Amino acid sequence: MSVNWRLAWRNLWRHSRRTWLTVAAMVFCNTLLIFMISLQLGTYDMMINNSLAMVTGHMQVQHADYNEDQRMRDTVPAVEALANKVAAELGVDTVAARGQAFALASSDDRSFGVLLAGVQPERERLVSSLPGLVSEGRYLQPDDSDAIVIGAVLARNLKVGLGDELTFLGSGRDGSFAAGLATVVGIVATGMDEIDRSVAQVPLNWFQDVFSMGDHGHVVVARVPDLEQVDGAVARVATLLPSESSLTVLDWDALQPGLRQAIRSDLASGWVMYSVFILLVAFSVLNTQLMSVLERTREFGVMLALGMGPGRLARLVAIETFLMSLLGLVLGLVAGGLVVAWLAYAGFSYPGMEEMAAQFNMDSRFYPQVSVVALMWGPVTVFLFTMLAAVYPSLRLYRLEPVQAMRAV
Amino acid sequence: MTGAIAVSSRLAWRNLWRNHRRTLIMLLAIGTGVWAMVFMSALMRGMTDQVLVNGLHNLPGEAQIHHPNYRADPSVVNSLPMPGGELLEALEAAPVTAWSARVRVPAVIASERESRGVTLLGVDPATEGGVDALPEEIIAGRFLEGVDDRGLVIGAALARRLDTQLGKRVVIMSQDPDNNVADRGTRVVGIYRARLQGTEEQFAYAGREVLQAMLSVPGQVSEVAVTGGDYRAVARWLPALQVAAGSELEVQSWMELQPFLDSMLEVQDGFTLIFMVVIFLALSFGLVNTLVMAVFERTREIGLQQALGVRPTLILQQFLLESLYLLLLGLGAGNLLAWLTIKPLESGIDISMVAEGMEMMGMGTTLYPALQASDMWMSTGVVIVLGLTASLLPAWRASRLDPVRALNKT
Repeated sequence: MSVNWRLAWRNLWRHSRRTWLTVAAMVFCNTLLIFMISLQLGTYDMMINNSLAMVTGHMQVQHADYNEDQRMRDTVPAVEALANKVAAELGVDTVAARGQAFALASSDDRSFGVLLAGVQPERERLVSSLPGLVSEGRYLQPDDSDAIVIGAVLARNLKVGLGDELTFLGSGRDGSFAAGLATVVGIVATGMDEIDRSVAQVPLNWFQDVFSMGDHGHVVVARVPDLEQVDGAVARVATLLPSESSLTVLDWDALQPGLRQAIRSDLASGWVMYSVFILLVAFSVLNTQLMSVLERTREFGVMLALGMGPGRLARLVAIETFLMSLLGLVLGLVAGGLVVAWLAYAGFSYPGMEEMAAQFNMDSRFYPQVSVVALMWGPVTVFLFTMLAAVYPSLRLYRLEPVQAMRAV
Repeated sequence: MTGAIAVSSRLAWRNLWRNHRRTLIMLLAIGTGVWAMVFMSALMRGMTDQVLVNGLHNLPGEAQIHHPNYRADPSVVNSLPMPGGELLEALEAAPVTAWSARVRVPAVIASERESRGVTLLGVDPATEGGVDALPEEIIAGRFLEGVDDRGLVIGAALARRLDTQLGKRVVIMSQDPDNNVADRGTRVVGIYRARLQGTEEQFAYAGREVLQAMLSVPGQVSEVAVTGGDYRAVARWLPALQVAAGSELEVQSWMELQPFLDSMLEVQDGFTLIFMVVIFLALSFGLVNTLVMAVFERTREIGLQQALGVRPTLILQQFLLESLYLLLLGLGAGNLLAWLTIKPLESGIDISMVAEGMEMMGMGTTLYPALQASDMWMSTGVVIVLGLTASLLPAWRASRLDPVRALNKT
């Protein structure tokens, strides 16, 4: 058997320039695929974590109708007690209760409609990244009552600063008129206009007083250490809820359906592009192998006449392709690995990126994800396709007539 | 000399088909590559076009006139009077095709049960259509009938969130210039559907004069939307408008109002080119390989030609022509294939499966691929220029062969 391998190896280098060109095509394609796939996967993780960390969390307990229409009356009763139960069940303290209501916020000069959130200050810090992004003043504290933290854009629009008062007009849970007066103690600047325009957080207890909520709230938000654990956590929390209640547990996919779909559509368009690359490289290999079979017609004829079966010749061509593809795979992995390793350290950006990134809640530099999947997927597929490309040239060998072949020019 | 070219072009054409299998495989590769270039860029163009159209629809208009402070502080305080005098003349003059003056203020709408923050638009239904700012579809009731229509038209998603419906009363609250809460009860007379759910939740329409009365700003508007019918040709009429508006008012094109849309177009142009070049690079290995092989096979023949007195430039020319034929055939096949695959899709590809993801990017549920001649030309340019460049090395080597050695090669 080792004769076959040695023969194949030597055959490859009979036209070293041709072999190198073909290997270079594979290396180029592999490097590109590794780079693009790890960049893509890295972006998704960033997209998911960035969008969930601010407000949504990994999962929420809500009234079954709340997610669709966010109506005031679809509440979670005894929301703080439930948050404690969820925390105990999951064994984490990253669980917080919230209430949410729309209200007209007015300063001395301006009025705007805002989504006012009542939060548990000490818990909210653990669940959301917003408390850490306070740029002026401080975040809410457990003993605060009529204090409010707002986003920087909202503060600018309302023309208020630290220490100024805001009045709120809205309707309570029972439809009654709700009004309150709170003092700005902190301003949050995330750098994302959409968020900075909408954040308005007050202590949950004060919120419940103003909006006649009693001990009700609207959501219990939980964060688990890892995205992978979400499904299990959702199932465990679901068992906590009394069966006759109208409460439900939603994971991040249900809370922000756009996120996974955006990823899916992006992946789909990515695959189209990758398949084209792989196809082009496969054509290149097909061409090379076909040429090397055609030009050796005489040689193969001699070998057949000497009693070698066409199967063995086909095997020879397959081994040649295998060796060549393996070379492409290894070199491609090395080159792609180096590129990705460097980018993982330095980050990646292109002109115009920043405006786009700001629009989609993303960092303006990308960091690729270095993982086995990201590294191996592209090269292995290229390898398989190039092996496939050797099938046609090999099949031609079976149709070879020794006498005619030996006469071929 | 023309005779020489005719001969070498015929030679090149025949040489191309001496090894028809190799040529066909290469044609297949180039065709696939070109198809991918054109098809993918048509899809991407389709996406950006849609984001742009949706963006301009929400803006609306291709340029807007504001009080200089309005953009930083979108309050009723920063209003401007209805256009008159010189500005009105400029707005009525060609090539401006339509304009619409609107009151646009942040407001809260409260039903019996719920309240929501919205952007309240006081519009003149007669002029809104001209700047393409009317809701896409009224699904219940009617749109406003005039500037003094006392009703309110809201989006379907907002109606659901407010737990209200056609004919029900709601209260709209905003502030007047003295920062007093201005409110009035009104009736929902129409419900519209928009391409994006976000739009439905954000915009509510009221009669302009009714809103002006409620906010105590008679004759004042927040913005004037202006259109010339073509978003690429704003520069033709914008300067005249800026002069007419004087220094008191701010006149801005959509590129300034939505720098994101503008930069998106630029990023996309750059990206399309990069995409094409990268595909070509993947192709070029095969192309160079084919030519190297052709040169290798014909070494003796080239030696003979040289010995017979054919000049090196002619040999170079022959190989470049051979490569050019290959590229042109591949381009023809690829472009034809792309045209054939895109035409049936132009009526729209249903992507509602991932609609919410698309909405995050500002798109609707149907994708309309846009085949642009410029993209076809760009792919042709990339393939021919880079293709000939890549062929240069093998062709040059062929022309530099030593005749004696080449002839003796076995």
